[in-house]
Amino acid sequence: MSAPASAGTSKAAHSDVAPKKKKGPGALATAYLVIYNVVMTAGWLVIAVGLVRAYLARGSYHGLYYSIEKPLKFFQTGAILEILHCAVGIVPSSVVLTGFQVMSRVFLTWAVTHSVREVQSEDSVLLFVTAWTVTEIIRYSFYTFSLLNHLPYLIKWARYTFFIVLYPMGVTGELLTIYAALPYVQKTGLYSVTLPNKYNFSFDYHTFLILTMISYIPLFPQLYFHMMRQRKKVLGHVEDYSKVE
Amino acid sequence: KLLYQLLFIYDHANPLNITVNMEKLIQCPVFSLPDPQWYPARQSIRLDPKGKSLKDEDVLQNLPVGTTATFYFRDLGAQISWVTVFLTEYTGPLLIYLMFYFRVPFIYAPKYDFTTSKHWVVHLACMCHSFHYVKRLLETLFVHRFSHGTMPLRNIFKNCSYYWGFAAWMAYYINHPLYTPPIYGEQQIRLALIIFLFCQIGNFSIHIALRNLRPPGSKTRKIPYPTKNPFTWIFLLVSCPNYTYELGSWLGFTLMTQCVPVAFFTLVGFIQMTVWAKGKHRSYLKEFRDYPPLRSPILPFIL
Repeated sequence: MSAPASAGTSKAAHSDVAPKKKKGPGALATAYLVIYNVVMTAGWLVIAVGLVRAYLARGSYHGLYYSIEKPLKFFQTGAILEILHCAVGIVPSSVVLTGFQVMSRVFLTWAVTHSVREVQSEDSVLLFVTAWTVTEIIRYSFYTFSLLNHLPYLIKWARYTFFIVLYPMGVTGELLTIYAALPYVQKTGLYSVTLPNKYNFSFDYHTFLILTMISYIPLFPQLYFHMMRQRKKVLGHVEDYSKVE
Repeated sequence: KLLYQLLFIYDHANPLNITVNMEKLIQCPVFSLPDPQWYPARQSIRLDPKGKSLKDEDVLQNLPVGTTATFYFRDLGAQISWVTVFLTEYTGPLLIYLMFYFRVPFIYAPKYDFTTSKHWVVHLACMCHSFHYVKRLLETLFVHRFSHGTMPLRNIFKNCSYYWGFAAWMAYYINHPLYTPPIYGEQQIRLALIIFLFCQIGNFSIHIALRNLRPPGSKTRKIPYPTKNPFTWIFLLVSCPNYTYELGSWLGFTLMTQCVPVAFFTLVGFIQMTVWAKGKHRSYLKEFRDYPPLRSPILPFIL
């Protein structure tokens, strides 16, 4: 999938002669990955159930974050292992891409939602948590079944279809949450460093958050349309069926 | 990037006669007659679609082909010369840093416009930074002998963003009115300057040694060895001492300015240079059977 590093660089380029051999995970790695993905599926199911139960108990959408705060932090942070999987080579994805995706989730969980208490009761948090939960349950079960070579078409379809709604939903929730955090960050100077100091460095978290929000503009469409292209490729032959209104 | 399959009919009896098999060319699904914009520097021609590019010097007669040869052509995209890229990417930091040093308007608060820092280390840092980039520019013009003439055009945007961006970021803090000089004062600055100068001379010595390995206009590759210049004796332990000295220079500059953005720039540069050094080291090992085993890519014994 990823082009070799020498493509597009100067002519008498690098010494790579033979194309890299694609090494799939061995039996031990496969077993580990199956366990990992099962555990993650279970974890996000716990979060899903927690959300539903809390909603039924309270009768409102408000403040559901608190009922799933701990498992959310645990399982979302646990996803950092996926970066390791790519780095070690048992998963054939780009370390950089996976790293970026995981760290952006971890950033939202810890550096925004956890750090700025005042946003925890916002409805936007529920919006992205719900999007993440549904996405992750489908994604991890997709990986589990793929590793066992028994992928039900329904899961494949769900993985490449639900994102159409869930992705914008999650992005909206994330952006609204960051936006809600801005005034509090500015007021308290959270995670910010000012001059003068002996390290001659300054950092304004408030500005950083604004820049983060702006970065969604170029990034989100790219990722979204990439998934769209993947969908066409993977589900391609079902073009006629997808016309159901 | 599309890969075109070109078929030539090669006549052993008349080696200079190469006829292109037009019929096969037209059969290619997505093909238009070779664009005159595809100047030689952006052509990659290879015998195997997944293989290495043929070199400029390769001769048709010496290639493993029969009476018909199939070549694969890939367009490398718009190219730009290495010299142009180096000159642009190095002139930027030189000028940008000076803009911050002279506190040009709209950077700091208006009351500081065109003032100078009261700390002498700031003046020293400006001299060192400027000297470093002037040295790089002069080396690009008079010392380096480049293996490849060109690189892809988009590299110039990538490279300039990196150099210019970091230069601005570092210069902003070093020349800031609220800059705090190093904790250990003169001692720290003096040590830092010695390290910096030592490594600048070292880096220059390596560039000269590498230049002398290669006759003008040639692209030959030889194993570099220590020369009479003591600064080159590091070749005994390291394959790419130019990077080692470069790291040393920036460590010196970090110590001199005691500035986190400088430390960060040093770190990022170190990571990139390590990647390059490892690649170069691997090429050396592959190309030369008798390559000295004691050498490490960039840090003696460690990396």
